[in-house]
Formats: sequence, structure tokens, C-alpha cells
Amino acid sequence: MIVVLTLITALVGAILGSVYQLTAEPIALANAKAQEEAIREVAPQFDNNPIAESDTIISNGLEIVVYPAKLGGVATGAAVKAPTKSGFNGEIVVMVGFEKDGTIREYRVLSHGETPGLGAKMEQWFRTDKNRQSILGKNPANTDMSVTKDGGEIDAITASTITSRAFLQAIKTAYAAYMQESVDAVSGSSTQTDAISGSTTQTDAVSGSTINNNNGEEVTNE
Amino acid sequence: MNKLKIILNGIITENPTFVLLLGMCPTLGTTSSAINGMSMGLATMFVLMCSNVVISAVKDVIPDKVRIPSFVVIIAAFVTVLQLCMQAYLPELYKSLGLFIPLIVVNCIILGRAEAFAAKHNPFDSLLDGIGIGLGFTLALTLLGGVRELLGTGKIFNLTIFPEEYGALAFVLAPGAFIALGLLIAFVNKLKTK
Amino acid sequence: MLTYISIFITAVFVNNIILSQFLGICPFLGVSKKIDSALGMGAAVTFVMLLSTIVTYLLQEYLLEPFQLGYMQTIVFILVIAALVQMLEIVLKKVSPALYQALGVFLPLITTNCAILGVAILVIQKDFSLVESVVYAVSTAIGFTLALTIFAGIREQLTLSEVPKAMRGIPIALITAGLLALAFMGFSGIKIC
Repeated sequence: MIVVLTLITALVGAILGSVYQLTAEPIALANAKAQEEAIREVAPQFDNNPIAESDTIISNGLEIVVYPAKLGGVATGAAVKAPTKSGFNGEIVVMVGFEKDGTIREYRVLSHGETPGLGAKMEQWFRTDKNRQSILGKNPANTDMSVTKDGGEIDAITASTITSRAFLQAIKTAYAAYMQESVDAVSGSSTQTDAISGSTTQTDAVSGSTINNNNGEEVTNE
Repeated sequence: MNKLKIILNGIITENPTFVLLLGMCPTLGTTSSAINGMSMGLATMFVLMCSNVVISAVKDVIPDKVRIPSFVVIIAAFVTVLQLCMQAYLPELYKSLGLFIPLIVVNCIILGRAEAFAAKHNPFDSLLDGIGIGLGFTLALTLLGGVRELLGTGKIFNLTIFPEEYGALAFVLAPGAFIALGLLIAFVNKLKTK
Repeated sequence: MLTYISIFITAVFVNNIILSQFLGICPFLGVSKKIDSALGMGAAVTFVMLLSTIVTYLLQEYLLEPFQLGYMQTIVFILVIAALVQMLEIVLKKVSPALYQALGVFLPLITTNCAILGVAILVIQKDFSLVESVVYAVSTAIGFTLALTIFAGIREQLTLSEVPKAMRGIPIALITAGLLALAFMGFSGIKIC
């Protein structure tokens, strides 16, 4: 009887292995596509390949990815993927698009575990042009991106201050990463892409954080 | 006619949610909207149909002592297939149903039908039973999801029925799931006694 | 240390496994008519949840991940849990007949308790360390026992009251659970660190 059970499990294992092989590529493709769509929606117009030119920055244990947008070789801004762990129910990952000067162009919430009807409203709330809700068109350099309750200039989602704080925190993290990245680009200390290994790591002397160049194998954070 | 009876049995006489009261976890956990409820129902139906057919096909080969573990392995296999396919082709839906997809394995409806029906009938009848019970489950989840979505946000399938401000948010949250299901079952009980 | 306390508070009160995550509803409705049996079920679940989380965590870390067998997760986990419950039953019977008397009847019910498999998968999804996973598993089980015991207490009282015919049994139990969940929502927003 043990033999039968082992046989069944082995058979099932083999079948699953082949299904896994078959779906591995579509899964990777679906993830890459979601990533690309989010970048396309938030970033300024570009004709380069932001995923191939992306930079991963590790700061405070968070992994932030900057996807530079260039038009005809000239930088037009970037899409930045930034997570925060201070959400009401776990991690929130946002993709924010910045104009060249750091003005927030558009955002997408890539993944979150917030309560539907409360915190989950962030997908629409911060783009709605009502009172002081919207963050679009604002530049974190001259706007205090905190909720009004904390003395900032953005209205929190009704009954969801924790989510709002976490969301704005992620936006600020993304902005800081974008500014650091563009400073690097100007001063010429940006990292070089290693075409073969696709992942060189070097320490940025200015900020002390690690920059990690990758060749587009980054998949959506779940 | 007999074949039709098997299907109708699953939808009405032995409706898994309202009559047999099985599979409560996904019923409560995934019905924050009508569309989520329906997707969960269809996902469960897929696994139920496949496992019913395979189990009734191999039932004579499996010794009685390892019957249950073997059934569980077969069910888990189909759940994994579903998981992989959803990740590949319906990533958005997979994200919103989350943990409840792998948990289809421990849904008592599936193992229950394997034991009570598939282990005693031929593959074709088992398939029909899978379709019937699956549809019954899907209908129940869609109904519950619809009721919660309507009362909570004033929408059904994202169609606005009344303004969101008048909705009672509690129905989309955890307490509303219990209360709405309790009231629906009471309603079904009332209909039955008439 | 603060992380562990935070995990504990969150798992017991804020994200209670039954009342806000909807896992383990079957035993919640089935074994909640008497406080005694609720406590027994709670103890059995705590025991199995702790053991199975440790075993599945180690399997994931040292077997599934190194060999890229992540897709076998569901099958491996459910088999481990089922085997563990079986073994526990045999061992308890031999070693401590008294404990077996107390927990024995609940053990077969536990294999299909989705809270066990749910927690095993959740700790992997949340990227917990082994110690964090253990704390999470124990806290979740305590939260489970707490909700189950409170609920059993209410249901004991409920048998004395006049309930409309159509509402008797499961419907009124579900509505009671809804009110309990509403009460637990008062904990939401509590956050340490």
C-alpha cells in the first residue's frame, strides 16, 4: 500500500514538473508585462528600455528600483518602484513616475494587503483632484508629503490614516531614490552595466548605499 | 433525465453552501465582491470536476488503506496546476484570491464529494456531480459576494446601484461576511420549511 | 524582541485567524457548543500548528527552495500535515493515554483544518525567520483558541434563548460570530513599533 501511494506521488510529481516547465515562461512573461505596463503608465514619454537600464538601490533594507526614462538619449524622468513595510496589513509596493525635476507625474499601487473599502482606496484617492487629496503634479522638494494630521500638506484617506502615512512614506522613499540616482548620473558616478553577468554591485561613496545594476530580470514584487 | 438530476441535485437539493454547509472558509473569505466570489467558485469547480473524474477512474486500483491520502495527493495536484495556470494567465485574479487558492486542497467539499460520490460512481456521472456541486457553490458565492458588495459599496459587478456613501462598509469587512451568510442561510431555511 | 511582541499582538487580536482571516471556520462552527471541547480543540490545534509549521518551514528552506521545487509546496505541506497528525495520534496513544483521551477526538478533524495549512503557507509568504514563524504559529493558535472559547461561551448561553425557527443552528451562530468579529475590529489599528 505504501508502494501505491509512493507511485501516485511520484507520478503526480512528474506531471506537475512538466506543467511547471510549461507555465514557467508565461508566468515570467506575465510578471514582466505587468511591470512594463506600470512603467509605461507612470513614466514620462521614453524610447529607451527602462527595465534593461534599471538600478536597484538598497536602503534601510528596502529594495527600490529606479527605471530611467530617456527620449533620444536625453533623460526625461523616471519610474521608481518603492515598497514600505508600514502598511496596515503588511507591505505596500508603489510605482511612481517622476518628471525630470522630480514632480510626481502618476502612480500605481503594485501590491498591497489593505482593507477593501478603506485603505485600498489609495489606488484612486491620491489622484482625485478634491481638497488636498491629489499628489499628482506636486514636487516633494517644495511640498510636505505627509498627512495634514502630521502637519503635512496631503489629506489622508478617511478612516485610513495608517495606510495614508505608509503610502506617502513610499512616495518619499521613491523620491529620495530618484534624486540620488539623478545626482549620480550628473556627477558621472553611476554604475556600469555588465552585459554578461548583468549584475555588478558597487558601493556608492556619496550615500553609502549599494547600487545593483540588473539586466531586466527583475520581476514584480508580490 | 437521470443525468440532469445529478446536476440539479448539486445546485439545489445538496447545495454545498446553503444545505450541506461545507467549505465555509473560502465562502466567507473571498466574497468581498460578486466577481471575486464567482472566480473562487469557478476555481473550486475546476478542481472538483478534475478530481472527481480522476478519482472515480482510479478508484479500483487504490487500496482501501491509503484511499484518503491518495485522494488528497490527486486533489493537491490539480490545485497546483490551477495555481500555476492562474499565475501565468490571470495574475490579477490570482493576487486578489491569494491564499485561498492553495487552500482549495483542504476544502471539505472536494474531499467530501470524492468520498461520497466519485468513489462509488463512474467517471461520467462523477463529472456531472462535479459540475452540479461546482455550480451550486459558484452560485452561492456569487450571491453572497453580490449581497455584500451591494450593501457595502452600492455596486454589483462594479455597476453602481446607489451612491457609495449610503453603503454600510461593515458588509465588505469581516463581520459583514458572517452576518450576511447567516441571514442568507436563515432565508433558505425559511423557504425550505414552506 | 519588539518584533515578536508585535507579531503576537497582531496574530492574536488584530488579524485574528478566524474573525478576520476566515481560516479554520469549520471547527469554529463545529466544535464550539461547549467551552470544554473548545479548549480541547484549541490545545490540539496549538500542538499541531507549532509542529507542522516548524517541519514545513524546514522542508521549504532546505528541500523545496534549493532544488527549485516550489511548485510542489501544496502537495508536500498537506502530506506532511496529514502524516504528522497520524503520528501524533499513535505517539500520544502510547506515551500519554490521558492526553490522548483529552485531545484524541479532535486530531482527525485537524488535517482538514485550513488554518494549519494556511499558517504553514503564510509564514513562507511573509518571509519570516524560523523563530518568527514559531512565534507566529503559537500566537495564531492562541488567537484561534481565544476566539473559539469566547464563541463557545456565547453559544452555551444561546441555547437558553428563544431563537426564530429559521435562524436556529448555523444561521444564529454565524450572526453571533459576525458580532464577535465586529468587537475584534476594535483592535484594528493597534500597532507596536
